[in-house]
Amino acid sequence: MLKYLTNGLWKENPTFVLVLGTCPTLAVTTAAINGIGMGAATTFVLVCSNIMIAGLKNVIPDKVRIAAFIVIIATFVTIVDLVMKAYTPDLYKTLGIYIPLIVVNCIILGRAEAFAQKNKVMPALLDGLGMGIGFTLAITFMGAIREILGNGSVFDIRLISQEARTILIFILPPGAFITFGYLIALMNRIKSKYSI
Amino acid sequence: MELLKIVILALIVNNVVLAQFLGICPFLGVSNKVGTSIGMGVAVIFVMTLANLVTYLIQYFILVPLHIEFMQTITFIFIIAFLVQVVEIILKKAAPALYQALGIYLPLITTNCAVLGIAILAVQKNYNLISSVVYAASIAAGFTLALILMAGIREQLELNGYPKGMKGFPLSLITAGLLSLAFMGFSGLVK
Amino acid sequence: MSKKLESTLKNMVLCLFLMSVIMAGALGFVYKITKDPIEQADKQKEIQAVKDVLPPFDNDPTADARDMEGLKLYTATQKGEPVGYAVKTFTEKGFSGHFELMVGFKPDGTINKIVVLNHSETPGLGSKMKEPKFADQFNGMNIGTIPGKQLKVKKDGGTVDAITAATISSRAYCDGVQKAFNVYMNMLNKNQANVDTTSGATSKGGKK
Repeated sequence: MLKYLTNGLWKENPTFVLVLGTCPTLAVTTAAINGIGMGAATTFVLVCSNIMIAGLKNVIPDKVRIAAFIVIIATFVTIVDLVMKAYTPDLYKTLGIYIPLIVVNCIILGRAEAFAQKNKVMPALLDGLGMGIGFTLAITFMGAIREILGNGSVFDIRLISQEARTILIFILPPGAFITFGYLIALMNRIKSKYSI
Repeated sequence: MELLKIVILALIVNNVVLAQFLGICPFLGVSNKVGTSIGMGVAVIFVMTLANLVTYLIQYFILVPLHIEFMQTITFIFIIAFLVQVVEIILKKAAPALYQALGIYLPLITTNCAVLGIAILAVQKNYNLISSVVYAASIAAGFTLALILMAGIREQLELNGYPKGMKGFPLSLITAGLLSLAFMGFSGLVK
Repeated sequence: MSKKLESTLKNMVLCLFLMSVIMAGALGFVYKITKDPIEQADKQKEIQAVKDVLPPFDNDPTADARDMEGLKLYTATQKGEPVGYAVKTFTEKGFSGHFELMVGFKPDGTINKIVVLNHSETPGLGSKMKEPKFADQFNGMNIGTIPGKQLKVKKDGGTVDAITAATISSRAYCDGVQKAFNVYMNMLNKNQANVDTTSGATSKGGKK
């Protein structure tokens, strides 16, 4: 059972191994705290939709399953959107349009299609949780790197003096691509060398 | 003049893929051949322009008058999914070769964050109908541009060789990063 | 594994219909609950922005905020007496276009403090307009006493120290502050005119 949970953390990490959900990964990782916020929101939607889809899989006719998944996922995304707007307005503003875009985050639709509709509720829940946490850890890590190199801080704690120069490119778009590319390459290397 | 500004901003200054990070999945997935890239680009232009048209009408004639703006995400994505189905059927009949070449990437236009993202952005920017449609077409053209550039580079890279560990995504991403860097030179182009 | 529901037309339509209705209902419910907190959160932000640029006050500046020439003017009072006026202003001339400022004025016309509300200027360059090194030079400034009554960067013959390598952002910032000042002055003059009319005083020559 536990395997369902830990799968998404490393072996099939959605960000660095499956390379799903790339849009928010690149856009939101300008600061570590954004990674946590986006990760939490995505995990919530992922877990809820996985549970619901696994639970309802026998009453959803096959031909309309994608449409049904979309209705379910979109509903949870809107719930997260409204709740964040009300209770975490600063984070809501920073994440901006990427909150409604969780609906097309390939991780969620991907797991719904590949896992939730073929398994029972408990495994689906754990899978969603594992994938969500894996995603959160990945983007928070990437966010921290970009924040440290590009802004000299991590989680808004300044690490270098106000006057010192930072490598600005890392919090700009090119930096996102490059950091992501190198991290995937690093992941591939670690996996192939140590077979984990 | 305003429209021209929108076109230039959308096409190169704020390029949807290289600056706004929308549409990355198909960008990385389809950009290995120039031919498929053009086909995908055309399909996206079609879907996005139509999507912005329809979502505009839905937003201002249904959602706002009924005060149910919170239904925006659900209704928009539904419209997009529907439009993609329509495009699929049309392509299958009218251009079966292209339909085959695009394969799974055609239905995946539904999850292309650019389509949903731009539909929502057009509403947020308070564009009127014409501006919204022009915006969508320009953004999609920018997507196509980025896609073709990327495909051209990748086709060349295949012939040239590169470090083994970089194979696949890392190489595409770093190339995209350099492209993005180049495009940054366009900022400040339009006042 | 129990059998899945068959994909008959009736089943498909029924399933989707029911699902949409239930989901829409659930959303409507959540929307209702979050409606007030959302409005509260927005209001809190506005009040906080005003707090950031003015001396302490005890009223709710958003209650009778006025829209003047596309900008928003807030009056802050302490025990009924005005202690300052905040103007939410904007400029389209930024390097990346639009950004917004909140400018706090004291009743005597000097600037108390300015904060940037939102912007998309270049990080590390234009974004430096948020830093005290640039922003604090405006504190205590009275635009009315500058020759020409125009706020300009030194490069354009004015008095403001621009951010190195971010002249456009600096100019846009001045543009926003200038707009705020003009609105503020208009308001003051209107108030003055009201006072004169109600007190029945004859209009003194050349009031501006």
